[in-house]
Amino acid sequence: MFKIAKKQKLAENTYLMEIAAPEIAKKAKAGQFIILRIDEKGERIPLTIADFNKKTITIVFLVVGKTTEQLANLRKGDYLLDFVGPLGNPSEIKEYGSVCLVGGGLGIAPIYPIGMALRKSKNRVIAIIGAKSRNHLFWEDKFRKIAHKLIICTDDGSKGVKGFVSSALKDFIDKERPNLVIAIGPPVMMKAVADITKSRVKTIASLNPIMIDGMGMCGGCRVIVEGRVRFACSDGPEFDAHKVDWNELMNRNKMYLEEEGYSKEHKKCYSSN
Amino acid sequence: MAKQKQTPIKEQEPKERIKNFKEVCLGYAAEEAKEEALRCLQCKKPLCVEGCPVNINIPKFIKFIKESKFDDAVRAIKETNNLPGVCGRVCPQEEQCEKMCILGKKYEPVNIGKLERFASDYEGDIKSPQIKKNSKKIAIIGSGPAGLTCAADLALKGYDVTIFEALHDFGGVLRYGIPEFRLPKKIVEKEIEYIKKLGVKLVKDAVIGRLYTIEELTQKFDAVFIGAGAGLPYFMGIPGEALNGVYSANEYLVRVNLMNANNSSSYATPIKKASRVIVVGAGNVAIDSARVARRLGADVTVVYRRSENEMPARIEEIKHAKEEGIHFLMLTLPVKILGAEKVEGVECVQMMLGEEDETGRKRPMPIEGSEFVIDCDQVIIAIGQGPNPLIAKTSRMEHGLKSNLIVDENMKTSIEGVYAAGDITSGAATVIKAMGDAKKAARAIDEYVKNKGKDAE
Repeated sequence: MFKIAKKQKLAENTYLMEIAAPEIAKKAKAGQFIILRIDEKGERIPLTIADFNKKTITIVFLVVGKTTEQLANLRKGDYLLDFVGPLGNPSEIKEYGSVCLVGGGLGIAPIYPIGMALRKSKNRVIAIIGAKSRNHLFWEDKFRKIAHKLIICTDDGSKGVKGFVSSALKDFIDKERPNLVIAIGPPVMMKAVADITKSRVKTIASLNPIMIDGMGMCGGCRVIVEGRVRFACSDGPEFDAHKVDWNELMNRNKMYLEEEGYSKEHKKCYSSN
Repeated sequence: MAKQKQTPIKEQEPKERIKNFKEVCLGYAAEEAKEEALRCLQCKKPLCVEGCPVNINIPKFIKFIKESKFDDAVRAIKETNNLPGVCGRVCPQEEQCEKMCILGKKYEPVNIGKLERFASDYEGDIKSPQIKKNSKKIAIIGSGPAGLTCAADLALKGYDVTIFEALHDFGGVLRYGIPEFRLPKKIVEKEIEYIKKLGVKLVKDAVIGRLYTIEELTQKFDAVFIGAGAGLPYFMGIPGEALNGVYSANEYLVRVNLMNANNSSSYATPIKKASRVIVVGAGNVAIDSARVARRLGADVTVVYRRSENEMPARIEEIKHAKEEGIHFLMLTLPVKILGAEKVEGVECVQMMLGEEDETGRKRPMPIEGSEFVIDCDQVIIAIGQGPNPLIAKTSRMEHGLKSNLIVDENMKTSIEGVYAAGDITSGAATVIKAMGDAKKAARAIDEYVKNKGKDAE
């Protein structure tokens, strides 16, 4: 059993929880994810780690269906039945020069620890974060501390630049010439970023397809990268964004739309942008 | 004079059982078991024991059944096998003990498997023998057949044993892989309860390789055993495999067996119900998937590139599947899965058998121009699994091209104090093969830890 050490509403429909999991926290690195199960009848949902310290793992989730709704109804001091991790390969952190982070919707959360690690490794960090509206936006303050330059976008223009994060990226990519772009968000956003940076800048995307075990056992999270079947959980979750078959990924994420009446899958967690 | 035929055993009627997930075989009642036990010739040199990968003293336990000493029967089995309820159900006895049975030369062999199952099921309150504990600590990775076997053997020798399981429930393939109608989960739970009574500690949600590395475990434990299994599904590499409606057998079975997706009114995990399902492959995993799909209401066809004689699944399971109305299409190889977003059909090619290949089976070869299409809305790929690569990838242990851990004849890996057995070393095989190797590893670990103690003195 894993105790919820902190719960906070971050933005519209968006919650943060710190889970007491010292053993996992000791091992966690930026870019990795966890899988949780609330109770005996629950499904296993993957969430990318949004922060960690010595004792806790921070997760951020958007209420999109039954499981996330149930999670949002839990309080500080309640317990999760299962909390597994750290899973997946960590981000490759080294001195690249300048790195542009693009976080859309819930993707703002998992890109934060990557930014922090890159900053510590002496990179110039440019962050573009975006959400539907100012009410959906969070962690501006945290990004101010790690980014040399921060661009905020909202779809409705209620805060920062009006428009998608991908458009903001397009506007300055030729001026800034970053050495690396890292994108996390809904697949349609990551695809748009990949299209813009193609044959210009190396781009990494963190994928979050439908998953069960998270350790390479079921193959449900398979994605096509460079024409090859790869498992997001064990080969990823990060891949070269220019080599991912985005249409296939978006199609697979629709798999359980019909069943969502009684169980909405985690895949929509990133879909606020 | 022994009866020529086996004592018949009751089964759920096919028409009934395709509507539920309850066990197909209902097992022997006490009188029936005794009647079957009477058929055993009690050979002086029992070949059946040689045929058993864990060398159960078969005549001994059968004699106890004959004498109505059912508790003694299960104790006799547990001298060498700590999972009798599992083995009595899923072992391929027809290729092992029963194949060697002298009675089988002329008549039907003694139904050893069903007698083992009877003895195990009869056991009510599970008793643990007295164990003299030592303070040496052993880490076991994986709670499947190999891990449970090695854990039990070492616990019985007095070791302080901890099992690390990556999933949220224990049993490995017995839990997530083999369906309820073939191996009820309460049987698996009973076997695990016994392992706990031996003093073994079980830790869930612990993904070794990520949470702790093998090297870290060797610092904290006197020895480490790896039985992480064959948790890596193979795909065919044909067009359309990423379409919605294509499952690996692993995913399909995990959703139902581990996550209870068949009971969607109570459990949150979904599964796609289809009307026409094609299962690719003809091993036990393929037949299990086909029978699950049938129970979820589909019309199911198993396609296999070789012929019926080469089907790797147990004969009993193929027979059960046929009774349940599952179709079998032999000498058929899928070459393309058709559909825009969802599966709409499978394009197959007709095969013929040629010369023998390296496995001693006739090599299947495509017949040119014989392509045909089968309409379907779901495809389950069950062409095999490889060892899960996570441990090989996260340690400096020697491993093969398929991430199989390399072990010597004592199941020792290239790292001192680290042993491995089961599918992680061999690729997918049987429960009992994994158990036999795990027993060998337990003996080697015992010897290693004892010698290490001597060296230190």
